[in-house]
Amino acid sequence: MKGDRKYIFLFLLPAAVFMSIFLYYPFFKSMYLSFFRTSGFFSKTFVGFDNYARMFSDELLGAATLHTLELMLYVIVFQVGIALILAVLVDNVTWGKGFFRMVFFFPVVISGTAIALLFVLFYNFQFGLLNNILQNLGFDKILWLSESNALKAVAVPTVWHYVGFYFVLFLTAMSKIPADFYEAAKLEGITGVKKTFLLTIPLIMSDIKVVITLAITGTLKVFEFIFVLTRGQSGTEVLGTYMYKKALVDQNFGYGSTIAIYIVVFGVLLSLLANRLLKRDEITY
Amino acid sequence: MQQSVKRELGPRSVTMKRRSFPLGTILMYAVLFGWSLTTIYALFWIVNNSFKVSREVMNNSFKLALDPVMVNYTNAFDRINIGKGYLNSLIMSGSTVLLVLLFGGLAAYVLSRFQFRGRKVIFSILYASLLIPAFATVVPVYELLIHWKLANTYGGLIFPQTAGNLTFAILVLAGYLSTIPKELEEAAFIDGCNRWTMFIKIFLPIGRPAFASASIFVFLWSYNDLFSALIFVSKENVRPIVLLLSEISSQYGTDFGLMATAVSLTVVPVLIIYLFIQKYIEKGLTEGAVKG
Repeated sequence: MKGDRKYIFLFLLPAAVFMSIFLYYPFFKSMYLSFFRTSGFFSKTFVGFDNYARMFSDELLGAATLHTLELMLYVIVFQVGIALILAVLVDNVTWGKGFFRMVFFFPVVISGTAIALLFVLFYNFQFGLLNNILQNLGFDKILWLSESNALKAVAVPTVWHYVGFYFVLFLTAMSKIPADFYEAAKLEGITGVKKTFLLTIPLIMSDIKVVITLAITGTLKVFEFIFVLTRGQSGTEVLGTYMYKKALVDQNFGYGSTIAIYIVVFGVLLSLLANRLLKRDEITY
Repeated sequence: MQQSVKRELGPRSVTMKRRSFPLGTILMYAVLFGWSLTTIYALFWIVNNSFKVSREVMNNSFKLALDPVMVNYTNAFDRINIGKGYLNSLIMSGSTVLLVLLFGGLAAYVLSRFQFRGRKVIFSILYASLLIPAFATVVPVYELLIHWKLANTYGGLIFPQTAGNLTFAILVLAGYLSTIPKELEEAAFIDGCNRWTMFIKIFLPIGRPAFASASIFVFLWSYNDLFSALIFVSKENVRPIVLLLSEISSQYGTDFGLMATAVSLTVVPVLIIYLFIQKYIEKGLTEGAVKG
């Protein structure tokens, strides 16, 4: 069309300006800052790879990495697992699909902060819901957020929050499988559980791959649950909260940026690894 | 009734095997309702407890609040000024959604309907941007906001969040807009539309389902984003409702009634809106773009 060049430029401009100023420039600036020792915004000295060297001997960062990985394991096994089971079940029932779709999605709509606060009320030692139940049943109270339990306790709301999101993704993928696939399987006598494992799951493998990648990158961004429930105490410090502490509480922008870059690199490597491990041929119908 | 069913199933009907095992179906529904209960009951529990005084919440959190007290609600509005938090959230998240839809929509329109050099490169850049978490931009953004005197103003949250959500919105919208048939575009051109009026009159209305679902997710992510709020807009006069929530847990950690109320007040409006919009989106998504 005549004059299209003008429109291409004009229509892309606002998004490009916003993203350059508040996304790309800051990202590269973070990379740049990771080579400096800073105090506040105004004084910085170039230190080369010192921050990166410090990173590898930082035991707290190592611990935060391990905690994040443990959380990631729970998320992949339980969040993705439960979502997949629920999707298979809903796909197989005739009544109430819409209802389950709606209800399972509730937690996704709620903010992580509100869910974390809800779990504060559940886990409270003196008056919390869980200890209430235990006492009524005649058991001793449990310190839910103790050193040995805290990370698992934090994992519960983290998992619960996004099950519904992956559930909807799986269900949508399943609804795209053509009906004649199932009819053919039925003629072969493949039904029920067998059908799920031989047909449904292999056919949505590419979606499972996407969901696992989302789960990995999502876990690296976990922040609210830890921040509200434990403030990173009792062995629950994860990469996000550690970066926040270093960069914004201690105002150590240089080293904080180094950790941020580490999070990005870590995320990219893990996603690549997951994609390699789950390599499958794309299926098109 | 029972009998007629039995007769129909009879010994001959081998193909009906699955239906003659209702146990499996019962188990499936048991699991599904079990999980539904975790979401529904948790919400009910929190709303129910918001109508009790703290002592009641601590001692009898399962009891129905048969004679509800409003003390937590008056506290929430008077003591922690939750009304202001609402207003701030609404202004900032609402503006973010509008900016993202407008700028993201225009960019998606160009990327999905125009052929030009560099289009593929732009898509690659967009996909790569999905890998940049807020952690990796927060320090320089904060520096910029202070420099431009935008920290602790509405713009201080709106602009970074707009930039952060544009990638997602552009990808979703471009995917949807690219499915709209070319004939429509040509017809509009013959009718004398230029590119701008074509966007407003054709693509915006037809792309409504995609715009709706993008706006819901952008709104939720913005409304629920504690990390950015904590850093960019922490002052009392601009802080959004998520930030209030996180402060309640540290300042009023023993006032269970107030905490339950604050959670209810944050969650319930969003949930109600979701219930209304959900139908609309699914309808729009299943009906497809153009009929006939």
